[in-house]
Amino acid sequence: MNGNDTLRAMKPVFVFALIGIVFMFAAPYALQLFTIINLTTAIALSVLALSLALVWGYGGILCFGQVAFFGLGAYAYTIAAINFGGSTWAILVAVLVAAAFAALLGYFVFFGRVSDVYLGVITLTVTLIFFSLIRRTSGPDYKIGNALIGGFNGVTSPPLNLPWNTSSFLFPEHVFYVAMAALILSYVFCGWLVNTRFGRVCAAIRENELRSELLGYDSRLYKLGIFTIAAGIAAIGGVLFCNGVGRITPDVFNLYNAALTIIWVIVGGRGTLIGPIAATFGLFYLTSALGGQSVLNNNLVLGIILIFFVLLVPKGVAPTVTDWFTKRRKPAHNSRRRRRQGRST
Amino acid sequence: MDLVVAVLFQLVYGIASLALISLGLAIIFGMMRVINLAHGEFLMLGGYTVVVATNAGVNIWIAMLILAPAVVGLIGVIVERLLIRWLYGRMVDTLLATWGLSLLLIGLVTSIFGASTSTTISPPLGIIRIGDYSASGYELFLTGVTVVLFIGVWATLKLTKLGLVARGTMQNPEMSAALGVSNARIYMITFGLGAAVTGLAGGLLAPLTGVLPTIGATYIAKAFITVISGGASILAGTAAGSILLGGINGIFAFITGPTIGEVALLVSAIILLRLLPRGITGRFFRKFL
Repeated sequence: MNGNDTLRAMKPVFVFALIGIVFMFAAPYALQLFTIINLTTAIALSVLALSLALVWGYGGILCFGQVAFFGLGAYAYTIAAINFGGSTWAILVAVLVAAAFAALLGYFVFFGRVSDVYLGVITLTVTLIFFSLIRRTSGPDYKIGNALIGGFNGVTSPPLNLPWNTSSFLFPEHVFYVAMAALILSYVFCGWLVNTRFGRVCAAIRENELRSELLGYDSRLYKLGIFTIAAGIAAIGGVLFCNGVGRITPDVFNLYNAALTIIWVIVGGRGTLIGPIAATFGLFYLTSALGGQSVLNNNLVLGIILIFFVLLVPKGVAPTVTDWFTKRRKPAHNSRRRRRQGRST
Repeated sequence: MDLVVAVLFQLVYGIASLALISLGLAIIFGMMRVINLAHGEFLMLGGYTVVVATNAGVNIWIAMLILAPAVVGLIGVIVERLLIRWLYGRMVDTLLATWGLSLLLIGLVTSIFGASTSTTISPPLGIIRIGDYSASGYELFLTGVTVVLFIGVWATLKLTKLGLVARGTMQNPEMSAALGVSNARIYMITFGLGAAVTGLAGGLLAPLTGVLPTIGATYIAKAFITVISGGASILAGTAAGSILLGGINGIFAFITGPTIGEVALLVSAIILLRLLPRGITGRFFRKFL
């Protein structure tokens, strides 16, 4: 497929990106600083959701531990930024560390041809091992360069600074611009990737791995590729997250956060990119609102949401809404086509 | 000499506790091909049953050995009826639904008992001496219980009519249904039994670890790794996985400390899966249960 077709297929991506850019410049005038700081955290989390939407929705890889790469990126950024005395190269280190770890883990699971359910459990286990490992690293013995890992309490993350001046730190309202720009760029990148030849082969492998292999594609390499790329994107989210919050603790690797990532994508819908991003913002404000009262516990509500969606709305919100609209527009013709294309996930 | 015995005992106990926390998961996975992500929460519920019952004046042995498996087994049956049975044959959805259940149970228990450790109970057995060293009598008891539990599950599957029917259903559900077996009932019973074994394990571990709503997370990583490395055979797989991973964990923990032990366990499991993607019993001991 040539460049023009790719651009045409990306039209909705550009529309959403444009909405994002408008929001990015309008929000600081309309909202209070407190809201902007909160939004930065939600944006960081939605980058994580985007990375899982890519690897699960388009790659068909059931990664329950996407938050491991997010946390790894945050830790790598923090430790590198403390050692380098500046943030610019630390961001690169964060992305590289997460991607390299994903490539290593991916080599074992994809080339071992571990099936998707096992893969989910293994990635989840890796996340939980990180949790218990980093929790035990308190005390002066555990340090990398000048940076103490800090165990249970975590590490204070150095703020972002201007690339050419390591002493001019960005203020929270500037971090918001950076986060929003990173989200939009990652979104456009993912939207482009899934429309390239590589992305289409990944989708073909998701639909029917055996058939794709018989057509000559090495599914292991493609899976490894999309897994590694998604880990790098998750790491960008991690960098934004530890900047928004100001510190990074091992709690990022806990079971609750791993589940939350899955819930964003389930609720938003597999096979779309904007759905999980929107779901992240929605659920972020829902859980913040729930945090203000003590009757309903966050775990309880999220558990009910997850069970509800798995049983009753298995495709997620965005595909269900899109389906409903197309069905209204062209009733007979489209429903037949969709049934033929329907996949059994 | 005494040191060797003491260290060996620790190693054996490590393997046994790994097998104990994994067995319920392995039963459900081996029989029904369902990975129960709420496994950790079933362990947690077993622990809470014991703590609540003991505080209410029930004898601790009755609470651990009878009440914990009964309560959690019953919860398992209810869960199977309300949730799991809609999702048979959809492995990924089952996985997600049980994860939702796991969050739900954590949330429920937190709402009822609060987020912190409930009143702890102390292990009911004292210390035994091995020459100059001492070991926990309760850990010895747990090792014994694990062995008895394995024999019990083996006998149930191999010697009873229920076991025969269950194994038949596991091998070929259509055929057993054609022969007049109600598969739905078998699945319900299997899930309940797996949950009961898990509840027993959780109840037995409660005196050592205390109970917390989120304590499940500390067990599940190890339990999943053990069951996946072991493969599809329930008993042989769990035993082989526990011996291999528990052994590696114990040796590394003895040399370098518990943190590295856990990492070594994970790394060796991932390397093992690269070599044997279907677990140990996918290649060896295939004839065993």
